[in-house]
Amino acid sequence: MTPVLSLRGATKRFGGLVAVNELDFDVAEHEVLGLIGPNGSGKSTTLNLISGALPPTAGTISLRGSVISGLPAQDIARRGVARTFQLVRLLPSMTVLENVMAGAVFGHRRRWGHDAEAQAMRVLDLVGLSRRAQAPVGSLTYIDTKRVELARTLAGEPKVLLLDEWLAGLNPTELEEGIALIRRLRDEGRTIILVEHVMDAIRSLCDRCVVMSSGSKIAEGETEEVLNDPGVIEAYLGVEEPAHA
Amino acid sequence: MTARDRRGVTIGVLLFALAALLPLASDSYFLSIGVTIAMYTALATSWALFSGPTHYISLATAAFFGIGTYTTGIGIEYMPYWLTLPIAAVIGAVLAALVGVATLRLSGVYFVIFTLGLAELVRQIITWGQNVSGAKGLYVLTSITEEHIYWQLTGLSALVFLAGFLIWRSRLGFAVRILGDDEEVARHSGIHTARVKVLLFMIPGAVAAVTGAILAPRYVYIEPAIAFTPMLSFQVVIMALLGGTGRLWGPVVGVIPFTFLWEAISGTFPNQTTLLLGLSFLVIVYLLPRGFVGLIEEARGRVSRRGAFA
Repeated sequence: MTPVLSLRGATKRFGGLVAVNELDFDVAEHEVLGLIGPNGSGKSTTLNLISGALPPTAGTISLRGSVISGLPAQDIARRGVARTFQLVRLLPSMTVLENVMAGAVFGHRRRWGHDAEAQAMRVLDLVGLSRRAQAPVGSLTYIDTKRVELARTLAGEPKVLLLDEWLAGLNPTELEEGIALIRRLRDEGRTIILVEHVMDAIRSLCDRCVVMSSGSKIAEGETEEVLNDPGVIEAYLGVEEPAHA
Repeated sequence: MTARDRRGVTIGVLLFALAALLPLASDSYFLSIGVTIAMYTALATSWALFSGPTHYISLATAAFFGIGTYTTGIGIEYMPYWLTLPIAAVIGAVLAALVGVATLRLSGVYFVIFTLGLAELVRQIITWGQNVSGAKGLYVLTSITEEHIYWQLTGLSALVFLAGFLIWRSRLGFAVRILGDDEEVARHSGIHTARVKVLLFMIPGAVAAVTGAILAPRYVYIEPAIAFTPMLSFQVVIMALLGGTGRLWGPVVGVIPFTFLWEAISGTFPNQTTLLLGLSFLVIVYLLPRGFVGLIEEARGRVSRRGAFA
C-alpha cells in the first residue's frame, strides 16, 4: 500500500546552513508519527516543507503518490495537509465558530453555508469547545486557543494532520486533557505527524518516531525502541563524560 | 438572510430611494453637492471593499477614474454614451487585475507607492499621446444634465452597496476576512490569497472607471491634469478612513461630513487646500483610527454594557 505521505531526500538550505538534510520517511494511513529531536534539529522546518510554508531546496514530498513539494501552501492544504502553528495563530476579529469554519469552507473537503457551520460545530464538539462557539477568540484561555486551532485543521477533513508542538506550554492538567484529545483523534484513525518535546506524550501517542539531529535523520522505528537507542540519547543529552575517579 | 440582514437591506433601499428624490427638491447648489457626495460614496465604498479587509492602501483611484473619463471622452465620438460606461468598467477591471497580479505579492508600502505612481504614469502616457496627435484636451458635449449625472452616480453607489452586501455573504467575502486577519493562516487553510486579492481589487478599479465615465460630460472639457488629479485618490482614502472601513456603510458616514467640510475649506481658503487636506488626514489617523464606525460601535458597546449592569 502506498504511504499517505512520503519524503525522499527532502532538503532545505538557508545559504550555507543545511536545516534539513536529505530526509526520507513515510507515514502510513492511521499512523501517528512522532518527529522528535533536540532544539534546532530541523523538525519545524520539516513541517514547513511538508505544508508548503517553505519550498524544499531538493528532494520530493508526495501525498498518496502525487508530488506536492514545490506547490504553494494553499494547494497543499486543499489536497489534504492541514497544520497547526508552533505559536498559535487564530483569526482575532472572528468568533470561535468562524475560526473553525475557515477550515471547513476552504480546506480539503469544502463546504459552505449550513453545511460548513454544522461541520464546524461537529469538530468543536470533538475538541470540547462547542459551548464557546459564539465567543470572540480574545476571551479564550491558552489551551482553548489551541483547541480552536486544532478544530480549524480538523474541519477540512485533511488526510494528514501536522501538529507543531501542539502540547507545548500547557500546565500539567491541561497537558493531560491535551494528550487525551490527541489520543481520541488517533483512535478515530487519523494520520498525524506530531512534532513534540513532551516525552510522556510521545510515549503514549506515537506508533513510530523519526529522530532528527542537526537536520538529519538519526533514528527511525517503534517509539520505545527509538527512545532507548544510544545514539538518540546521546543527541538529546550529549556524550556522557567519562567518570573521574 | 437573517432578520438583521433584512433590516439592513430595507434601510438601504429606503435611503437610496430618498436620495434619488434630491434633484426634485433642491436648487442647483445642493444638487452639485449631491453629485459630489454620490461620486465619493461610490468611490470610497468600493475602495473600502478591497482596502478595508486587506489593509492595502490603494492610491490608484485617480488612475482608474481618469481612464474612465477618457473612455467616455474618446468613445462618445463613435458610440452612444451609455455604451461607454460598461466599456470603462471592463477597462478599469482589467487594468486593476494587471496591477494586482504585478503588485499584490508586494508588501503594503510598495503597493501604496506603485498605485500612486500608476496614476502619474497613465497621465504621462495620455499627455504624450496628445502631444503626438496635437490635441490638448477633449470636448465632451452631450445633452446630459446634472440631474442625470446625479441619478447615475446614485445608482452606481447602490450597485456598489449591493455588490458589497453579496460579497460579504459569499465565500470570497469570508476568504478576504480571513486573509485580512492572518494571511499565513489563510494560505494554510487552502485560500488562494493572491487570486482573492486580485478579484477584489478589480471592484474599485471598475467602479472608479465608471465614476469617471459618468462625470466626463460634467467637465465638458477634459485634460489629463483634471482627469488624473492625485488629490482625488487622497480624498477617497481620507473619507473612507474617516467613516471607517469595518462596515459597508462606514465610508459614506465619512463622505457626507467631509464633503461639506471640504466645501467650506475650499471656499474660504482656496490656496491652502492641500495643506488642510494633509492636516485633516493627520487628525483622522491620530484621533479616529477606526473612523466614525469605531466611535459609534464603542458608544453602542458602552450603552449595552451599562444596560447589562442595570
